[in-house]
Amino acid sequence: MKVVVCVKQVPDTAGGVKFNPDGTLDRGAMLTIMNPDDKAGLEAALRLKDQYGAEVTVVTMGLPKAEEVLREAMAMGADKGVLVTDRVLGGADTWATSTTLAGAIRNLEYDLIITGRQAIDGDTAQVGPQISEHLDIPVISYAQDIKIEGDSVVVERQYEDRYHVVKAKMPCLITALSELNEPRYMTPGGIFDAYQKEITVWGRADLKDVDDSNLGLKGSPTKIAKASDKVRKGAGEKVTLDPDESVSYIVDKLKVKHVI
Amino acid sequence: MDFMLSKEHEMARALFKEFAEKEVKPLAQEVDETEAFPRGTVEKMAKLGFLGIPVPKEYGGQGCDPLTYAMCVEELSKVCGTTGVIVSAHTSLCCDPIMTYGTEEQKQKYLVPLAKGEKLGAFGLTEPGAGTDAQGQQTKAVLEGDEWVLNGSKCFITNGKEADVYVIFAITGTVEKRGRMQKEISAFIVEKGTPGFTFGTKEKKMGIRGSSTYELIFTDCRIPKDNMLGQQGKGFNIAMHTLDGGRIGIASQALGLAEGALENTIAYVKERKQFGRAIGAFQNTQFQLADMATKVEAAQLLVYKAAMAKATQKVYSVEAAKAKLYAAEVAMEVTTKAVQLHGGYGYIREYDVERMMRDAKITEIYEGTSEVQRMVISGALLK
Repeated sequence: MKVVVCVKQVPDTAGGVKFNPDGTLDRGAMLTIMNPDDKAGLEAALRLKDQYGAEVTVVTMGLPKAEEVLREAMAMGADKGVLVTDRVLGGADTWATSTTLAGAIRNLEYDLIITGRQAIDGDTAQVGPQISEHLDIPVISYAQDIKIEGDSVVVERQYEDRYHVVKAKMPCLITALSELNEPRYMTPGGIFDAYQKEITVWGRADLKDVDDSNLGLKGSPTKIAKASDKVRKGAGEKVTLDPDESVSYIVDKLKVKHVI
Repeated sequence: MDFMLSKEHEMARALFKEFAEKEVKPLAQEVDETEAFPRGTVEKMAKLGFLGIPVPKEYGGQGCDPLTYAMCVEELSKVCGTTGVIVSAHTSLCCDPIMTYGTEEQKQKYLVPLAKGEKLGAFGLTEPGAGTDAQGQQTKAVLEGDEWVLNGSKCFITNGKEADVYVIFAITGTVEKRGRMQKEISAFIVEKGTPGFTFGTKEKKMGIRGSSTYELIFTDCRIPKDNMLGQQGKGFNIAMHTLDGGRIGIASQALGLAEGALENTIAYVKERKQFGRAIGAFQNTQFQLADMATKVEAAQLLVYKAAMAKATQKVYSVEAAKAKLYAAEVAMEVTTKAVQLHGGYGYIREYDVERMMRDAKITEIYEGTSEVQRMVISGALLK
């Protein structure tokens, strides 16, 4: 069984966010982590490896620095890493990103593709399902549990107040929730081994069956009008009142500010 | 000369830091308060290979260098001095001598499960009458047929009752040296549960209160002849060489305690307000912090240098002694200043710096007092 896991290096939200003049994120200038949903997807793949002996290949698209998340994934137990990096791929929205990743994955053998549900920097939840469309395979999103039954996967798909049990024949794509599992730690020896391994680096020329018009900033239909960091608020006002008093207190405040 | 850590070391540090923050820090206060050995944490560390970091992979370890190991003890000690010393005593004082002096059979039998964390290790040299004067040993081992018979006791043994494998030193005879009769000391591997091997009282300590510190008692304790570690009569050398490595572990523990106290203090002085301002706005606070940070970094450089020396040099006694001397004294100074900058709150157990100051004191004492380190350093200068 071969599993491909897509991971993204995202800004560590604890470390502050910086932007380029065009409104895209200045990824080179920020502290980074592996996107939490993707890490859960990787853990799910590693559990399939533990259980069924699956081979796990991790794919990421990003700056050369994104190699770090591949090393981290390999230090956790992934077998191979593929970094897709090229200047012409920069500034990609979800459409251009999914086109690029699908172009890379076409070069790989897979029974299962696992992506995170969404990344904490974009929060779109579009890339995983779009990859499945490009590759013409079924997708099961929001997975909270994954099991293998013969040549199929059985997935619990999460809803707000319930879950559906969905079965699909492989090859297929699953998007994982961070609630899916508790990702394992790396091991010290695993880290040093990961840095000894070769990482496959692909550029635009290595992508299969993709058109330049669908890549990078130029191939991105999404235009960012404005981006900003969280606006820092003041300490606010703290009052201790009983529930009835606090309702009238808040209503008075809102009236003064002409909100109501 | 390059003072940058490699990417591998950076990632290893991130791992140790994440583990320490998530798994160790939440328990630190309770471990101190209840004097309970953190068995659950030790099991988690075993699974991740933290108990065999510098042991080669063929013996069940992680195959990493002494610097990676030092950073592990450092990061653990930043949040919990007890957890730091458990790893240090196990790795430096038990795995290391078996790795260095053990036969292949001894390595397979003892080192492999120790490095995998299936078993925990300890080291017994100190006796009531033999502290800094390690030659003052009274514990004796007599060969009877195929067995050594041990009689005597060891005190202040870290991982005391929790360990499974002990490296124990005992007198095996006398030798003439420069016209004088001297004790011949040898090293042995003793397993918990061996008849005649029992535990005395548990020590109640000022700091590192969750670490299990016990007296070990040997009463006609018979161990197989093959459990002698290294050559007969080489025990003193084995002990001293082992302690060179151990000092890097304790220096890392001291460094971690100092760093932890500094981090806590920086956060505190930004929040604590007096006279209408955060106390971090006062120049006294700023200058104290500057001195603390400078000394912490100097200690870190000495500790990392000693760890690298262990990786590349056959003899690293002086590097280890300097690292331990300085890091331990910095730990005591920085944790004391941290308590002072916390004011009254620093004296309250709810605040971590109170525990860190108590934990720091032992680093100036065990595995060679600061005075012993000065003897080692000056001895090399005046040779």
